[in-house]
Amino acid sequence: MRTRTLIITGTLVALLLAGVVSFYASESPDGLNRVAEDQGISATEKEHAARNSPLAGYDAEGIDNDRFSGGVAGVAGAAIVLVLAGGLAYAVRRRDNHVTDSENRPVRAGEH
Amino acid sequence: MHVPDGFLDVPTSVATGVVAVAGLGLALRGARRELDDRTAPMAGLVATFVFATQMLNFPVGAGTSGHLLGGALAAVLVGPWTGLLCVSVVLIVQSLLFADGGITALGTNITLMGIVGVLVGWAVFRGLQIVLPKSLALVPPIAAVAALVSVPVASLAFVGLYAVGGTAPIPLESLATAMLGWHTLIGIGEALITGLVVGSVTAVRPDLVYGARRTLRARELEIRVTQGAPG
Repeated sequence: MRTRTLIITGTLVALLLAGVVSFYASESPDGLNRVAEDQGISATEKEHAARNSPLAGYDAEGIDNDRFSGGVAGVAGAAIVLVLAGGLAYAVRRRDNHVTDSENRPVRAGEH
Repeated sequence: MHVPDGFLDVPTSVATGVVAVAGLGLALRGARRELDDRTAPMAGLVATFVFATQMLNFPVGAGTSGHLLGGALAAVLVGPWTGLLCVSVVLIVQSLLFADGGITALGTNITLMGIVGVLVGWAVFRGLQIVLPKSLALVPPIAAVAALVSVPVASLAFVGLYAVGGTAPIPLESLATAMLGWHTLIGIGEALITGLVVGSVTAVRPDLVYGARRTLRARELEIRVTQGAPG
């Protein structure tokens, strides 16, 4: 499989998970929240400073339909993470070894 | 396991913030050795996948759920330093845009799910890889075991932080027992997802799996011995 095919397929799977499958996720509190409720830690929780963000709580502001609102928020989040993490990775990557063989495949040091 | 604002006191949150910043600084330097033109897109994909999968809470018992933390998964796929960057980007986006995980707790969450999750996951993975035979087929199951261990250890790290700077006076022993219990169950889900994803990528492009590189190098050597050096 070509790298490009893998990246595109993987990204589509991630968008599908965030945009569609996430609707079917469990809404029960997660392990930490369960323990916090059981042990009386929850009362110390403070209001989130970003609670008015248009994506707060994985619901897109202004969309009434639950399924659609969560899906849009999920896809938006996945896209933002892709741009930020991908951009960061490109920014810090090595750019010194551009040695390639006759078919333009990268050649590791010591192999040529 | 996203810690909200208020669970830990200010000094502890500042301390974990310092730890997180230091960890990210090291990761930015270390990731340079792991990333090149070929693997940089993988880092973007891994972070996106971790974000998406963290939305998928799975039930682990009566009225309780868990989701992937992704530290071991990211470390095995793109390397520990890049993996830490990926998980941290996810946690920052979740906190600032989705109000998931406190903003004053961002250092705590990067420390727990990023640094501890990645470090423990990678240490267990490499440890097993050194002890066991160098085999590509073993990469996914070893990654799964690493994921399984990383979640309860991260939950114990939270208990440790709570012992230092928890804002409610609760017995630590019962906190540790409860955290460990639930997060061992969540760790099983983490192991299944990690094994499945690492297995899928290993099946199509093992050369893009950071944790599989050593097994591929070993295999290449074998071919040269039996067939003679090419060209």
